Amino acid sequence: MANPDDLRYSKEHEWVRVDGSQATIGITSFAAEELGDIVFIELPEVGATLSQFATFGVVESVKAVSDLYSPVSGEVVEVNEALRDTPELLNADAFGEGWIARVELSDTAELDALMDAAAYADETA
Amino acid sequence: MSAAKAPERDASGRGAAFASAVAGEDLAIVEPLIFDRSRPERRAVRFPRASEEARRVGAGQPEIPAALRRETPPRLPEVGELELLRHFNRLAHLNMAIDLNFYPLGSCTMKYNPKVNEWAARLPGLAESHPLDPEELSQGSLEIMWLLAELLGDISGFPAISLQPAAGAHGELTGMLMTRAFHRANGEGEQRTKVLVPDSAHGTNPATATMVGYETVTIRSNERGGIDLGALRGALGPDVAALMITNPSTLGIFEDQIDQVIAAVKDAGAIAYMDGANLNAILGRFRPGEAGFDVMHFNLHKTFSTPHGGGGPGAGPVGVSERLEPYLPAPIPVLVEGDPGEVRANAWRGRSTPGVRFALDADRPHSIGKVRSHHGNFGMFVRAYTYIRSNGDAGLRGISEDAVLAANYLRIRLHDVYDLPYDRLSKHEVVFSGRRQKREHGVTTLDIAKAILDHGIHPPTIYFPLIVEEALMVEPTETETLETLDHFVGVMRDIAEQAASDPESLKRAPVTTPVGRLDEAGAARRPDLRHSFANDDSGARAGAEAAVAASARSGSRTPTT
Amino acid sequence: MSYSPHTDADRRQMLDTIGVETVEDLFADIPAAVRASDWSVPPPLTELEVRAELARIASHNRIPEVSFLGAGVYRHLIPAVVGEVIGRPEFATAYTPYQPEVSQGTLQSIYEFQSLICELTGMEVATASHYDGATATAEAALMACRLTRRDRVAVSAAVNPDYRRVLETYCSGPGIEVVEVPVNLEPGGTGTTDPADLAALGEVACVVAAQPNYYGQLEPMRELADATHELGAQFVAIVEPTSLAVLEAPGAYGADIVASEGQPLGIPVSFGGPYVGLMAARMASVRQMPGRLVGATRDAAGRKGYVLTLQAREQHIRREKAASNICTNQALMALAATAYLTSVGPEGLREVAELSMAQARHLVAALESSDVAQRRFGGVYLNEVAVSVPDAARRHAALVDQGIVAGRLLEHDDPRLTDTLLLATTELTTDDDIRRLVHALEATR
Repeated sequence: MANPDDLRYSKEHEWVRVDGSQATIGITSFAAEELGDIVFIELPEVGATLSQFATFGVVESVKAVSDLYSPVSGEVVEVNEALRDTPELLNADAFGEGWIARVELSDTAELDALMDAAAYADETA
Repeated sequence: MSAAKAPERDASGRGAAFASAVAGEDLAIVEPLIFDRSRPERRAVRFPRASEEARRVGAGQPEIPAALRRETPPRLPEVGELELLRHFNRLAHLNMAIDLNFYPLGSCTMKYNPKVNEWAARLPGLAESHPLDPEELSQGSLEIMWLLAELLGDISGFPAISLQPAAGAHGELTGMLMTRAFHRANGEGEQRTKVLVPDSAHGTNPATATMVGYETVTIRSNERGGIDLGALRGALGPDVAALMITNPSTLGIFEDQIDQVIAAVKDAGAIAYMDGANLNAILGRFRPGEAGFDVMHFNLHKTFSTPHGGGGPGAGPVGVSERLEPYLPAPIPVLVEGDPGEVRANAWRGRSTPGVRFALDADRPHSIGKVRSHHGNFGMFVRAYTYIRSNGDAGLRGISEDAVLAANYLRIRLHDVYDLPYDRLSKHEVVFSGRRQKREHGVTTLDIAKAILDHGIHPPTIYFPLIVEEALMVEPTETETLETLDHFVGVMRDIAEQAASDPESLKRAPVTTPVGRLDEAGAARRPDLRHSFANDDSGARAGAEAAVAASARSGSRTPTT
Repeated sequence: MSYSPHTDADRRQMLDTIGVETVEDLFADIPAAVRASDWSVPPPLTELEVRAELARIASHNRIPEVSFLGAGVYRHLIPAVVGEVIGRPEFATAYTPYQPEVSQGTLQSIYEFQSLICELTGMEVATASHYDGATATAEAALMACRLTRRDRVAVSAAVNPDYRRVLETYCSGPGIEVVEVPVNLEPGGTGTTDPADLAALGEVACVVAAQPNYYGQLEPMRELADATHELGAQFVAIVEPTSLAVLEAPGAYGADIVASEGQPLGIPVSFGGPYVGLMAARMASVRQMPGRLVGATRDAAGRKGYVLTLQAREQHIRREKAASNICTNQALMALAATAYLTSVGPEGLREVAELSMAQARHLVAALESSDVAQRRFGGVYLNEVAVSVPDAARRHAALVDQGIVAGRLLEHDDPRLTDTLLLATTELTTDDDIRRLVHALEATR
């Protein structure tokens, strides 16, 4: 699936959609395809503080497991509860219904350390 | 990856032939659960009542208080003996096994399991020996353990052996606990916190290091598939507790600089651990203890032919160097009266030595303690001892010669159709890559493995070692005939051709097995791990699923940092 | 005796195909400096010779005519059909079911095993098996540490001493502290764990207790579970599986994890192994469970089938972050337990438990009425009992010479427990066995 132009991307295959002081984060379709059928995700807790490029959860497929690295720092204000019962949303719609969490950004300057869609496409080519 | 298309079921296939014979049952069920065969009041085995004498004499003794009594009996199946036997026999028909199929599962050494070993393990004098019987009643059991330890010492070159660990991974745990005890005794327990593990290692190696509180550092392999000496030397230092290395490696390659590897590890003050999973390749050619390793686990179920049992029991004895000997698990069977040389020499001629006495030595003050109850998987010791004695010196050498011969034969016969990322002399196994088939035809190693099933052969280990893309790890062992090896070559070549000519047909494989590719993702997303009784409290399973979700919410999971 | 099928012509053909002269060339990669020197492995034996050798060694064991030895390992009737099932080569000579399409026999039988263990224990999920009861207990304690993120575990002093030693070994690696909950083992004492003692434990991951305990005594498990939960800790219950036909299930009294030795379920005593460790827990904890799990699913045609599942917990995927390093377990022994529980059914298991208990009561009454032994502890026992016998060590040894094993001499486990025998009965214990023990003890007074 094409990487949407309005998102920023990390080398660890997470995406960020900025909306004012908040951002939505998730994993890219590329990451979901590499993992295969995702069967479980450990979501962060609302209120937890994430640090850029630090782990904040785990995603499991049938035969692989991967840490989740936050692309930004901030406080978690909402998590995607639907993923608990239907983790397959991560495979089906990674950039949409498969979003993982919404974060109150603590430092918007951090976004400069992320890639745009074109750079990420090169990264995963 | 879950099966996207319905497999075509071969009407003459094994699955159909052995499907449930009971009329009216769900055809989507190959064999019902034993619970579904249950009918009230049917049973196989009955026991007599307590005698009149027992009841009369014991009448005044305390009974179980009502508060501790079980109110509803467990809903165990109620079936007659014939139904029981048919059920399990039908299930048996759904398995592949060495006694039926070629089973070249790499890293597992699926060789023939000689039947005389089974005869020996079932000898009443051994099977009915209680582990806590007084030593004078257990001299035969102790003798077998002592003799087996002597033989394993000869074979491996280690001066001391513990038979206690119950499996290979358990032997690794034992070895790492001894490593830790050694460093602690030298005042370096706090300082040495890291265990080096090559990137080609079995998953049990890093998992074991973690269980002992060590941090794992991965050492990359060089372009020849061996350990990168430069990377190893760079990683070694005063903070390293041990190197865990499999030799021959999981690529089936002997580390041809192993002497330098061991020397580098020892120079750094670390322990050299050898994972002995692949010992089948080097019997009589390389003795790890003699070569300088400090500790190694054996897999009796691999090298010494004890049956794998569908996933155990195994046995994972460890051999150790002099410097680790004080830390071995206790107790250890010892000869307390008699001359060891004479006892051995007599036993090798099938004679008993008068006046000998064996005992269990528990007085080992530096021991790491016990890793298992009693003495280990004794039944496996009997089988392994029988096997080693049957083969003898010439037989053991011949095992490795023929195992290595077979693996190299398959390497040469197949290397033109499947890529060989490390095209070197093989030991007991050879690792191919299905990357060409994937790149050119979209056929994955998983598809190839499933296609092999349709030829009545158990597939090789796949997707391991991790450093080989689309890995196919083939271990033929020494017990397969040349005709079987040639048949396998034919099957593999046919599948490679089919990958080019009709890749879609491989995606549908297997079609002759009792079930097709199963939805593993569904199984993991919504776990169904036990039978639900029809009259269960409504929603018991839903409740269980909700509990899993709740657990995820509470975040009680493996720390991942 | 060699099991290689190759003729010299076969070998020549293979060598020629490979393009080497001799088999030696295939070992050229072993550095000369570390090639094996000669060894002293004896020459091969034929089947006839090796049978004689094994029979020779087996004859050095003496199986007692009468034995009251249990202490965690029990002789029970093993129905013939159990041996028939586990002797099937399709079960015995298969390996871990990595290819589910050709392993449905193993997988379904493990699913049935998990179901039976859940039913027996009243728990929601059971693993495919562990090495034995002791390692299952140790793994249960480590699991409790992961669940609670605490690093101290408490264990009752009335838990099998072998289990406690293994628990201590497992905990020593990651530096988990093991504290003991004392038990009054004085003559006339309770011989059980006092729930009131738990409050002082502070922050522990779990409390481990056994029902019946090592000394055969029935513990107040419900009260122990409640007191454990007050600490925010997990209650780990060790149980004897045949007793669960008559004793309350751990799931009913609040156990969070159950660990158990499955040997009594159709497995010979075999000098200590192979046995089978049982572990069961609540579904909420499943992702922290160690070891294999089998789950039900479907193929694309809708046929029901079974697979290894939740594998991301395990070492082959999670490597250094795995819940445990366990790989090979005890599948064939789990199959024996499955066949055993199926062969006896609920009524048969109850008969085994009740007959074993009835003989224990017969034994205690006979010992006390002839005044050769007294129960050491008060309270209620099940099918094993600690009795005080003056000069026990000498008399125990004297009885061995007569082919009678008068149970476990408890001073071997705890030097404070002098002059005490731990006597077990099962359905195999006869009235005559009891008479012989009583007479032999009388005769050695």
